[in-house]
Amino acid sequence: GAIGLAGGAAAQGNLEPNTLEEITSYNNYYEFGTGKNDPAQNAHRLVTSPWSIKVDGMVDNPGDYALDDLLAGLSVEDRLYRFRCVEAWSMVVPWNGIELADILDRVGVQSRAKYVAFETVVQPENMIGVQRRVLDFPYVEGLRLDEAMHPLTIMATGIYDEPLYNQSGAPIRLVVPWKYGFKSIKSIVRITLTDREPPTSWNKANAREYGFYSNVNPNVDHPRWSQATERRIGGGLFAPRQDTLMFNGYPEVAPLYAGQDLSVDI
Amino acid sequence: MWISKVTIAQPINGVLRRFPAGTIYIVSALYACWEFWRALNQLGPYLVEPINVLERAYGEIALILMVAGLTVTPLRKWTGLNLLKFRRAIGVSAFFFVLAHFLVFAILDVQSLGRVWEEIVKRPYVTVGMASFVMLIPLAMTSNNLSLRKMGAASWRKLHKLTYPAAVLGALHYLWLAKGFQIEPLIYLIVVLALVGARYVSLERKQQPISG
Repeated sequence: GAIGLAGGAAAQGNLEPNTLEEITSYNNYYEFGTGKNDPAQNAHRLVTSPWSIKVDGMVDNPGDYALDDLLAGLSVEDRLYRFRCVEAWSMVVPWNGIELADILDRVGVQSRAKYVAFETVVQPENMIGVQRRVLDFPYVEGLRLDEAMHPLTIMATGIYDEPLYNQSGAPIRLVVPWKYGFKSIKSIVRITLTDREPPTSWNKANAREYGFYSNVNPNVDHPRWSQATERRIGGGLFAPRQDTLMFNGYPEVAPLYAGQDLSVDI
Repeated sequence: MWISKVTIAQPINGVLRRFPAGTIYIVSALYACWEFWRALNQLGPYLVEPINVLERAYGEIALILMVAGLTVTPLRKWTGLNLLKFRRAIGVSAFFFVLAHFLVFAILDVQSLGRVWEEIVKRPYVTVGMASFVMLIPLAMTSNNLSLRKMGAASWRKLHKLTYPAAVLGALHYLWLAKGFQIEPLIYLIVVLALVGARYVSLERKQQPISG
């Protein structure tokens, strides 16, 4: 959409993207292990074809969609976004993706719906982290409907015009650039429209540390570390820290939270 | 066939006798430099984000050495394997790795003295790690024969019981920084608690008066 391009373009101004190698060899994808290098080592076992997404809940056209059918005819855009992990490191990623709003319009969101819930695939035999029960799998995430419909919110299918690597959440993942990385759920197999705030994996694991919103916010620390600064990946052993920006440098989303106290609604 | 623990331990002890304790320091220093060099050149696991990886590498080897130090006595007791002459070098090396871990944290990671202090005060897992580090300082400083003579064996031994809480806090520090359910830090904590706990159990037994 027009606003998305404007916002995206403004934010893209002076961003230097990380290399594909950096982006695909330092990942959090706990289904494939907790080490940063584990997903790159283990994710080749993920089976991504055929892939279908179950769309259910408060939609006009529920069903199991083959991935290609769900996306057919929708425009794939280039979005150069900052990516800020809750662990206080960050990257800049040149995504290719489709606005989530376009997909939601296609399936027909009913007026009662207030939230969108997402679910990651579970292939226990291929996923060492699932076998070890690192989290309560399947991984689940959610957005408020207005967040989901925001033009900055995309469903990414590629990076650097290459299909997503498995460790990056192939074949399709969410990207919400103003929220901590764990909100951007990977390898999505289910999208549910609902009128209730859906459970989210890290919130279930530790509600004190991970809220539903999880907007990037330098003024609200994670209980175990500061969120005021971050380290940009790729700077080597003497990489300086840089200040973290409110909403990760996407102030155009601020109106979504008008009237909310973001030190409470974390 | 029954083999006494002495038959296995004796030849190994014989080989170990040929290595001076200083070997531990040399290997430790080489390892520390090797990891730093790989981090500097972003090789292997250091490819993308060397700071955090180096911080963890030094922290983990410190914990491994603390566990190794704690196994010396039970090993001798249960298998006859005698590593006693290496124990001081193991412990002092552990201290130097904790120091290196702290320096990477303070200088390369946090990058500000004010914020280092803030982290120590505000973040319990850092507080616990720092407490472990502080406990190791007097131990490293008195790990020499002169201190042992000056202090007297009894009070020296008493001071060096700080090894136990330092190891427990170190393992707790590791567990506390993990996200989700992770098995590795849990194993470290269980091993450390078992090694420390075993000492208290055997101590109690010794102190109990013999009753009918």
